[in-house]
Amino acid sequence: MTHTFFFLTVVLYGGATAAYLACLVLTSPRLTLWAGRVLTVGFIAHLLSTIHLASRMKYFPLTNMQESLSFFSLAIVGGFIYFERKYKVATLGSFVIPAALIMLIASSSLHSEARQLPPILQSNWFWFHALLAFVSYACFAIAAGVAVMYLIQRYFLKKKHFGALFQKLPSLETMDEINYRCLAIGFPLLTFAIISGSIWSEQASGSYWVWDHKQTWSLIIWLIYAALLHGRLTIGWRGKKAAILSILGFIVVLVTFLGMKHSITW
Amino acid sequence: MNIIVVGLSHKTATVEIREKVAFSPNQIEKPLCELLRLEGIVEGVIVSTCNRVEIYATTRDIAGGIARIKRFMADYHHLPFEALESHLYSYHAEAAIRHVFRVASSLDSMVIGEPQILGQIKTSYGYAAEFKSSGIILNRFLHKAFSVAKRVRTETKIASSAVSVAFAAVELAKKILGDLSDKTVMLIGAGEMCELAAKHFLNSGAKGVMVTNRTFERAERLAEEFGGEAVRFESFLEHLHRADIVLSSTGAPHCIIGPKDAEEVTRLRRSKPIFFIDIAVPRDIDPKVDDVENVYLFTVDHLQEIVQANLAQRNLEAEKAEQIIDQEIGQFHKWLSTLEVTPTIVALRNRFDEIRRAELDRTISGWKDLPPDAEKRLDSLTMALMNKLLHVPTAVLKKAGQGGRVDLYIDALKQLFELEALQQENEELELEE
Repeated sequence: MTHTFFFLTVVLYGGATAAYLACLVLTSPRLTLWAGRVLTVGFIAHLLSTIHLASRMKYFPLTNMQESLSFFSLAIVGGFIYFERKYKVATLGSFVIPAALIMLIASSSLHSEARQLPPILQSNWFWFHALLAFVSYACFAIAAGVAVMYLIQRYFLKKKHFGALFQKLPSLETMDEINYRCLAIGFPLLTFAIISGSIWSEQASGSYWVWDHKQTWSLIIWLIYAALLHGRLTIGWRGKKAAILSILGFIVVLVTFLGMKHSITW
Repeated sequence: MNIIVVGLSHKTATVEIREKVAFSPNQIEKPLCELLRLEGIVEGVIVSTCNRVEIYATTRDIAGGIARIKRFMADYHHLPFEALESHLYSYHAEAAIRHVFRVASSLDSMVIGEPQILGQIKTSYGYAAEFKSSGIILNRFLHKAFSVAKRVRTETKIASSAVSVAFAAVELAKKILGDLSDKTVMLIGAGEMCELAAKHFLNSGAKGVMVTNRTFERAERLAEEFGGEAVRFESFLEHLHRADIVLSSTGAPHCIIGPKDAEEVTRLRRSKPIFFIDIAVPRDIDPKVDDVENVYLFTVDHLQEIVQANLAQRNLEAEKAEQIIDQEIGQFHKWLSTLEVTPTIVALRNRFDEIRRAELDRTISGWKDLPPDAEKRLDSLTMALMNKLLHVPTAVLKKAGQGGRVDLYIDALKQLFELEALQQENEELELEE
């Protein structure tokens, strides 16, 4: 059952990715509409697959790389659907949805078997921490995607190059606004994720802050986004500066997430 | 019934001729009535714009109808027929349908994709509907043309890009600033293009205008016209940061805004993007201004480039539009050909039934010692006979209706069975009732 839904999700995300990439080349409102529909159905299948897995395993599936990647992808797609509805920026799909598909495929290629959860993960703080962390990462992923679009569009405007892609990309202000929204949602979530994580760490190892890789890097990520948000709100770090920083921030997020098997159990 | 189109447009006639045959919209009733009085013309719609004058009509007699409408256009405007005729084109059947669909979709316009023509045809049709000069066929035909035009508009990008410099400036501003509704425009200097662009910005929702000019009175006058604010030229740089869009066209011999000014402005704006358009020759704004972050500077040449690219794009989109029209013509033509099938079948049946009843009555009334159920039996016998006889012709006619050669069949039937007379009798009866 979980597998059926999961397989369906891969197929639907694949279809949506193909459609969104085609949208960069072709101009067809109908294609854009269908890309959105296929993606939404894919998202529902993904959600059902996750819920089914959770109910079968009796825990929230965020305990290993496979489950985390799948949830990461789910959160990105959910975030994209929200922003697409709100700002009518289908082009964002061409930049974000392929990443979600790659994560999902990577997730499916990893081996996973039913196992007894180590007691350390059986803490409500852990679930809380992991859930918040991945939703905030998804926000940062979308912020980075929209930042790439921003830089491309800015390049076109500065070079006075008015091609088809220029026509398709949204306005600079819209992209800047989405970038800001993503940070404004993602940053508080990250903050709560770090707080709940350290409470969990206290439960697990008796210390709130142990300066392991994970906590150190989380702090670095938090500082990057705090600086970005602060600069934005006080001294007008917008546009190019904000775009570059949010791409850098997300690269650090990715390296942290992929480069480290959690020091505890993963 | 056939649809015919007679008219002239910017492609066949100069403006001197077009204005002579134009019909004034507030006196359209008279020509519409005269049009319907022409022999063989059943319905009519007159479309008259500055780029075209066209008459759409339905008739049974294509050649005669076209000739009479051509004559009418000359006579109505007291023009010599010979002088006008060479400028007139005419279409019938499928070509007429295609022509009107193309015109409504703005494929036949001087600037392909311009949006006014559809509205103009809608207005013309409105008059025709008001004065009842359009009937079942033209009603359906023009509604179809409107829906085709809408399809073309939504499914192709024929009208989505700007083809004037002023409008290109607005489109470009939207690509940078997004929604214009909270944006302020600053006009530096005066000039036709600048003012036109400012009008476009206001129409697109811009919040306000600041005007500055070396002659302050001039600035005040212009500000009043736009409902904006006049700023002294000596101090315009102090107000620059309040503008999101700056249009400059002074006659200054050297640049009036340099990179330093731009940097100061972005600092005051806390990096909110600002959009400069330099229309002046020699230039008002130093090209180095474009290197300042969050400042976007464009000259008239850039805008011109966009316009050229958009025009080329429109021509490409026009090909897609032609394909849509091809599909829609097929569908409409089918409807038009089946339109007369059903009434003809009904008339044919009525004709047969009339004969059957007459003969049945005569037989029964002259028959002594009629067996009790004979009348009923004779009735069903003749009925069955009639149905059998009519079955094949009815089926063939319906099938022909889908093929397109249905006119031939209908005409033949009408003449062979004198159905026209019957239909008229019926209509008269209905009127009396």
